[in-house]
Amino acid sequence: MNNRWNRRKTLVLWLVIAVVFLAAVCIGGLFCEDAARATDFSRKNIAPCLKYPFGTDWLGRDMFARTVRGLSISIIIGVCAATFSAVMAFILGVVSATMGKTADTIVTWIIDLVMGIPHMLLLILVCVACGRGIKGVILGVALTHWTSLARLIRGEVLQLKEQIYIKTARKLGKSNLYIAMKHMAPHLLPQFIVGLVLLFPHAILHESGITFLGFGLSNEQPAIGIILSEAMKYLITGKWWLALFPGIMLVITVVCFYTTGENLRRLLDPASAHE
Amino acid sequence: MNNLKAKFILKNFIKVLLLLFAVSVAAFALMTASPIDPLKANVGQAALGSMSQEQIAKLEEYWGVGQPPLQRYIAWFRDFVRGDMGISLLYRQKVTTVIAVKLGNSLFLMIIAWVLSGLIGFLLGSLAGMNRGKPIDKIIKGYCLVISSTPAFWIAMLLLIIFGVWLKILPIGLSVPIGVEASGVTFLDRVRHAILPAVTLSITGISNIAMHTREKMIDICDSDYVLFAKARGESSWQIFKNHGLRNVLGPAVTLQFASISEIFGGSVLVEQVFSYPGLGQAAVSAGLGSDMPLLMAITIISALFVFGGNFIANILYGVIDPRIRRGGVGR
Repeated sequence: MNNRWNRRKTLVLWLVIAVVFLAAVCIGGLFCEDAARATDFSRKNIAPCLKYPFGTDWLGRDMFARTVRGLSISIIIGVCAATFSAVMAFILGVVSATMGKTADTIVTWIIDLVMGIPHMLLLILVCVACGRGIKGVILGVALTHWTSLARLIRGEVLQLKEQIYIKTARKLGKSNLYIAMKHMAPHLLPQFIVGLVLLFPHAILHESGITFLGFGLSNEQPAIGIILSEAMKYLITGKWWLALFPGIMLVITVVCFYTTGENLRRLLDPASAHE
Repeated sequence: MNNLKAKFILKNFIKVLLLLFAVSVAAFALMTASPIDPLKANVGQAALGSMSQEQIAKLEEYWGVGQPPLQRYIAWFRDFVRGDMGISLLYRQKVTTVIAVKLGNSLFLMIIAWVLSGLIGFLLGSLAGMNRGKPIDKIIKGYCLVISSTPAFWIAMLLLIIFGVWLKILPIGLSVPIGVEASGVTFLDRVRHAILPAVTLSITGISNIAMHTREKMIDICDSDYVLFAKARGESSWQIFKNHGLRNVLGPAVTLQFASISEIFGGSVLVEQVFSYPGLGQAAVSAGLGSDMPLLMAITIISALFVFGGNFIANILYGVIDPRIRRGGVGR
């Protein structure tokens, strides 16, 4: 086994499995829309069995369809928010590192400010500001998550600027654009992509948290947080499957994103080849 | 030296004050930008449904609904500096009293969780780092990966099903037994009610600190001085005591103090599941009910905790690590 599968191959294998799982959930969600809403009182509160692997809820809705549908909504929201957040982090990080001392002070100050308010609370504030709804969730998650990536990119650019090959390029009279494209981008891009992928799990977790609390989406769009908060009400009556399976699926999804990000980092970062 | 330290503390103090001010402005701006009219939202609520016209007019006057936001902010700020945070619209009590009660409940929970997760996380992280690549390291790593991908509220729900519904050994919610007078509540009752939320918060808090400690520990174990210590024949425990602990403690303490913000965020979710009447639950109901004065106050209090935590971490780092002290604190 060890001879045929080297580390890189195993990493790629895990990467492919994770991506396929996520894609399957996303695409499956598109087809489950009607099944997720269909109510049938003749089959309500069925514990998990072969026909309904995740059971059915108090309205007779198939929990499997609802879970897949909810996850796909959550993933889409999470991906939107994380991308938005990462782009913001990239711009602010680069601005902070290249535009002089004043810009740097301002950006670091804003980072301190955003980090000072607990994420959940800032999310609540942003959701209230947007009058609750999908817009508030995406904006809120985006606004709370950019700080660490922005710091990373800022540090990276500051370090790159001092590198000898970049200084030499500058002395040779290369334009800023040339240096940025030829020397900076190859270093920054992998870091940015990995940072972006590693933002997804956080974004999805926070998105599910905020919808769980009742901010954000309505019951018409059964995001995973809503499914779980509905399940909350039926916990005490012993309907454990309503909470267990959607939660497990959520955890698997987030783990998939984590492993994708970590494996990408290992593949793209030559320094970790010797680990 | 002393002068330097005082300067450092003063500088940080001013920075914290400025940031707090900015937090209040940001929170206020966000609340003002909200399309939900705080008065309408609350008058529409059952709790305030019984208000008379005069009361509404009074409230409108008090909140200055027609006034420009800047004036309202200045009025709020003036009251706030005097220690008057206004009156909570949902609880119909002074915000200071509401917060005092809720903060007491929450702090009880958060301190337990914070200490527990810090200690256990540190131990697990050191253990994993010292035994890199062995089964125990893999188990701890796997645990951390799964826990950091699990939403806190879901763990809370699982514990609730297991201990509250199936085993029936722990209460399913609230911070005190139902139907017992406040004077009849014993300390043990409160502890019993805090067990599940505190355990949930600890479980989620462990992964972060454990992962970071592990990574630091691996760096230390790769260093020359540990190699030399091994060559001298020091046992693992001696290496940990003499080299690992000292080097890893500084970053771990900083991280643990920085994680206050996360514990706070987690407590919002966990308190919601257990209907534990703490600050987090108050924040959620304030947010859903557009209770501006309460939400503002909670934001500022929590920011105060976060900044205070960072501040203490900065100072403690100097106490723990003599190199930082000698290198000049203010850097």
